[in-house]
Amino acid sequence: MATKSIRNRVGEEAVQQKGWLVAHKWLLLRRISQISILMIFLAGPLFSVWIIKGNMTSSLLLETIPLSDPFVFLQTLASGVLVDENMIIGAVIIAAFYFMVGGRVYCSWVCPVNAVTDAADWLRRALNIRNRITLSRDNRSILLVAIILVSMISGMLVWELVNPVTMIQRELVFAMGFSWVLMLAIFILDAFFSRRAWCGHLCPMGKFYSMMGRYSPLKVNALHRSQCDDCMDCYAVCPEPQVIKPALKGDEKTSPVIFSGDCTNCGQCIDVCAKDVFSVGHRFITPIKEIKNSDTSQREVSL
Amino acid sequence: MAGGTTLQQRRRFLENISRAAGGLALFSMGLGVYSRQAQSLPAEALRPPGASINEKECQSACVRCGLCVRDCPYDTLKLATLVDSVALGTPYFEARKVPCEMCEDIPCVKACPTGALDHALTNIDDARMGLAVLVDQETCIAFQGLRCEVCFNVCPLQHKAISLDRSHNARTGKHALIIPVVHSDACTGCGKCERACILEEAAIKVMPLKLAKGELGQHYRLGWKEKEKAGGSLVTPDLKHEYNLPEGATYDYEGEGLKQAAPDNSMNDTPFGESALDRLNKGFK
Repeated sequence: MATKSIRNRVGEEAVQQKGWLVAHKWLLLRRISQISILMIFLAGPLFSVWIIKGNMTSSLLLETIPLSDPFVFLQTLASGVLVDENMIIGAVIIAAFYFMVGGRVYCSWVCPVNAVTDAADWLRRALNIRNRITLSRDNRSILLVAIILVSMISGMLVWELVNPVTMIQRELVFAMGFSWVLMLAIFILDAFFSRRAWCGHLCPMGKFYSMMGRYSPLKVNALHRSQCDDCMDCYAVCPEPQVIKPALKGDEKTSPVIFSGDCTNCGQCIDVCAKDVFSVGHRFITPIKEIKNSDTSQREVSL
Repeated sequence: MAGGTTLQQRRRFLENISRAAGGLALFSMGLGVYSRQAQSLPAEALRPPGASINEKECQSACVRCGLCVRDCPYDTLKLATLVDSVALGTPYFEARKVPCEMCEDIPCVKACPTGALDHALTNIDDARMGLAVLVDQETCIAFQGLRCEVCFNVCPLQHKAISLDRSHNARTGKHALIIPVVHSDACTGCGKCERACILEEAAIKVMPLKLAKGELGQHYRLGWKEKEKAGGSLVTPDLKHEYNLPEGATYDYEGEGLKQAAPDNSMNDTPFGESALDRLNKGFK
């Protein structure tokens, strides 16, 4: 069992134990989700199949259902603009959806920037590039506050003048402009300077969705945390590693559920864990049952 | 010991707070300054029908979803990218490239989810995307006395938005100049005239209303209009102007000019006859 010292690749043990496909299940599902959402948007302009019209800031599904980004809606509210009801209805629908599945599901299952930052993180791990700049995760909160404040003062959607996230989403669906330059910049920043700099430390949109998903019923948990052999692989792949510890290293009285809204429900911890510690469930899972079940097995393995 | 740690904690807390505040201020200022800059819309970029003439209002109401672009049947509208000098992601069009075709059902306005394109606009003739201005009379061939009238012919509101005015051609002395004249009370700024202008660089251009229109000072009153409104002169009525004319002569200042009175026979014996020639002839006699 003591393969930790000779193992050099994150997730290798999981691949050996579960097979490549199972060890990449959530990653593949996420990519499928990201690509198919993009394809639904592109089906109109490319193949004239208009399932959805517009882009992720606001769109019309099947010519009837309005969908809008609640973060952009919040900015319009802050800037004091009274938008039409379609925008409001759309924002409520999307907000309700992300409340149910977890706010930052947007980040890991929908947002196309995720593919860029995941690739940067993969490269960083593969080349063993070390952090050059340490950023605080509070930066995104500061940015979020600043954006709301400046929107209120200026009465304009200031963040949408520079927002790389909505920019790439828009330009993928409409004509590609120069948002790829910003994507390249984010990639370089993430890969060579600071780990998960954009999504984990800077993006105010991520912070907004994180707040929205704080009380979501759908949460990843470390239900079988007693099986953990401290290989640290989950910390290595997790885009928000600080969220794992309270659930994984909690005592019998603390919940195994990862409550933090920062968790993106990406499932990379599930993929990478050879011990099947993590799983997806609801937020009301209690630790008592779990300890009864796996108490004996845990003793056998570790002692 | 305990006091030391609290002091350290306090110091760190203060440091963190001030750093956060500093970062907040720095970022806000940058964003604020940039947002000001982004309010300047280049003159050739025209907004879709129903967009606010106030660029700031227009930008704050638009969420950059592109639904107007999608529903534009003529691919007139496009979304600004990072390198265009139009606010990022907002819809615009350039008249010289693809003008607005002025659809009667105005699909772009209907598609707008936020009302950035005013849903109250139901008649496309009421749209004011800009105003066509015949900016260059030196190159416009109509001013050279040539028949062109292309801008007039493509105008969707012929005779209302563009009319043709005749004036004298001083160069040939016998022809007319047929000059296109734009009327701001009807021109929607669709840009079809600018698109169609036959010159290398259009002589008629659609400009933002702010650039194209003058505005009379609010205190200014045009006397004859006030008089019309009031149904009579508001001040002491003007005295009828009296010309100091030779006796019997009248002056018709609407055309005929000085009208001589009929020759007065009683004056025949004076040396001053009705014409200088008579007087000369008289001398010879």
